Amino acid sequence: MISILAKITLSFQTFKNHRLRSFLTTLGIVIGVMTVIAILSLIEGLNRSVAEQIQSIGSDVIFLTKYPIIRTGPPDFDRIADRPDFIPEDADLITELPSVEVAIPEISERLTKLKYRDNEAANVLIAGSDENYSQVNNRYVESGRDLNQDDISRRRNVGVIGTYVANTLFPDESPVGKELNVRGYRINIIGVYQEKGAFLGQSMDNFLVIPHTLHEKIFPRNRQSIFSRAFGGYSIDIKPKAGKIEQAIDEVRELMRRRHGLTFDKEDDFEIGTQEMLMEVYQNITRVGFIAIIAIAAISLIVGGIGIMNIMLVSVAERTREIGIRKAVGASNQYILSQFLIESVILALIGGLVGIAIGILLAALISAVSPLKAAVSFWMILLGFGFSAAVGIFFGIYPARRAASLNPIEALRYE
Amino acid sequence: MTTICRANKISKTYWRGKMKVMALQGVDIEIKKKDYLTIMGPSGSGKSTLVHILSCLDTPTSGEYYLEDRLVSNYTDQELAQVRNKYFGFVFQNFSLLPRLTALDNVAMPLIYAGIKKKERVERSRAILGKMGLGKRVLHHPNELSGGECQRVAIARALVNEPKVIFADEPTGNLDSKTGAEIMELFDNLVKEGNTVVMVTHDTNVASHAKKIIKLKDGLIEND
Repeated sequence: MISILAKITLSFQTFKNHRLRSFLTTLGIVIGVMTVIAILSLIEGLNRSVAEQIQSIGSDVIFLTKYPIIRTGPPDFDRIADRPDFIPEDADLITELPSVEVAIPEISERLTKLKYRDNEAANVLIAGSDENYSQVNNRYVESGRDLNQDDISRRRNVGVIGTYVANTLFPDESPVGKELNVRGYRINIIGVYQEKGAFLGQSMDNFLVIPHTLHEKIFPRNRQSIFSRAFGGYSIDIKPKAGKIEQAIDEVRELMRRRHGLTFDKEDDFEIGTQEMLMEVYQNITRVGFIAIIAIAAISLIVGGIGIMNIMLVSVAERTREIGIRKAVGASNQYILSQFLIESVILALIGGLVGIAIGILLAALISAVSPLKAAVSFWMILLGFGFSAAVGIFFGIYPARRAASLNPIEALRYE
Repeated sequence: MTTICRANKISKTYWRGKMKVMALQGVDIEIKKKDYLTIMGPSGSGKSTLVHILSCLDTPTSGEYYLEDRLVSNYTDQELAQVRNKYFGFVFQNFSLLPRLTALDNVAMPLIYAGIKKKERVERSRAILGKMGLGKRVLHHPNELSGGECQRVAIARALVNEPKVIFADEPTGNLDSKTGAEIMELFDNLVKEGNTVVMVTHDTNVASHAKKIIKLKDGLIEND
């Protein structure tokens, strides 16, 4: 048995004799693998940060809404608008369910502009809720105080802001004790929540939480607008007891069906969603991107493979005499086959290795100059390696077989 | 003397385009140990085909070919490669050295396929090159050697795995007469040392070195 090492050595000798040709041949593979590694690591980086952020929101929150959080196809406005609204008492009753820790009513509006003297914050979310808002949303008040029961029941003009609002409107001073003007209502800032960062590129600290009783007054609902009837109004955010998310969903469903007087033959007139479902949606979106990348990479790998096949066929033709001589002195078909196959696999693997290296560098570069964070995993490197080896074998087998099946007499005569 | 190769009524037919070529039409031949045979004949007489079959580079269309009493005419490509490696050495008219390999590596090539370890390959190849008078040329490439030296490297390659028969196809065809004579002397010595040589030539001077001449015409042996 002739050692593989000897064949590998011989292969490298061939590449040394055709440096430019070998380089150009591997270029297709290099580009293919590089693209895969760079983009996969970016997707992976994105996945990780999204997963982290979803964790930080609290992955176990259950959302009770009129409209489906996740929908496929256009929404049926009429049907959703005709559904009964939730009321804050729903949250109180849900809180009493055995598997529920706490539930809050939440109602929100986006304000295009929130001003304090010369400073301005855009697209601020004004949420109306109660004193349990922080508990459900995994928030805590960093400075000042949180909302309390009195603020809600007495409909005090108070609010707690996120750090984005605090930093934008009050860059040089403490916001606590200052007053904001929201649609003519003066709201006293009593506290600032801790920072949560950005989720999918959107700041999660650009908001103001006020008592829901006050919110109803500031933002009266427009009953004429079907959009407002469908999407305005309260939703209920529910924090289940640890490990009881499924039971909590069942209990909430049963309670709400009862409260809405639904008989067993009627469908739910509300929607229950979880953050896990959000994660699934996100993963579905990235999966599409993932498949697209694999398709693009596959094309470039095929192109690269054809390049390798082409050059191997040229190499076989050029070395016909050599093959004849080797066969005459005792090289078997298998030996010739494996020699050429090893050559094409090494070519492809070199391309793969260079591609992996450049891909990792590219990912690092993108991470350095943009907010996207790349994460290179070991499996990506294995994938790049495996793919290039497969290309080398797949596109190398035909030229190698051709070399192996050469008739030694004809090969010896070949000039 | 022991018989090494025995061909029994071997024929070879092949197609050249639409033309059927009857290269051999039932040839009987025996190669015995220490034979010094020359196969002669005009072009198209089938002498190359005969040598190809005798040296297991080709298989006959019909007839049997025995190598030390083993029927090899129905061997697979793989088995034939092993047979060539183990039993035969080849010397070609155009030397057929690999230009990128040194003289040493060219000579050592058959030993690779014989599965011999590198250290032994180098030792044996060096020794045989020394015997050919090329001791100082082992690391030269073929393009740095003269025609006679190239052919001696080729002969060294044919000898290195201690073959039973050495086949030489017009070994002096590409050489001037002086160098050719030197190469023929080398072959004469090889036979004296106990080697078996089968040579193809159309040069009567060359053929005169042999102890036995086989003349081929139209795929048949003329006289024995």
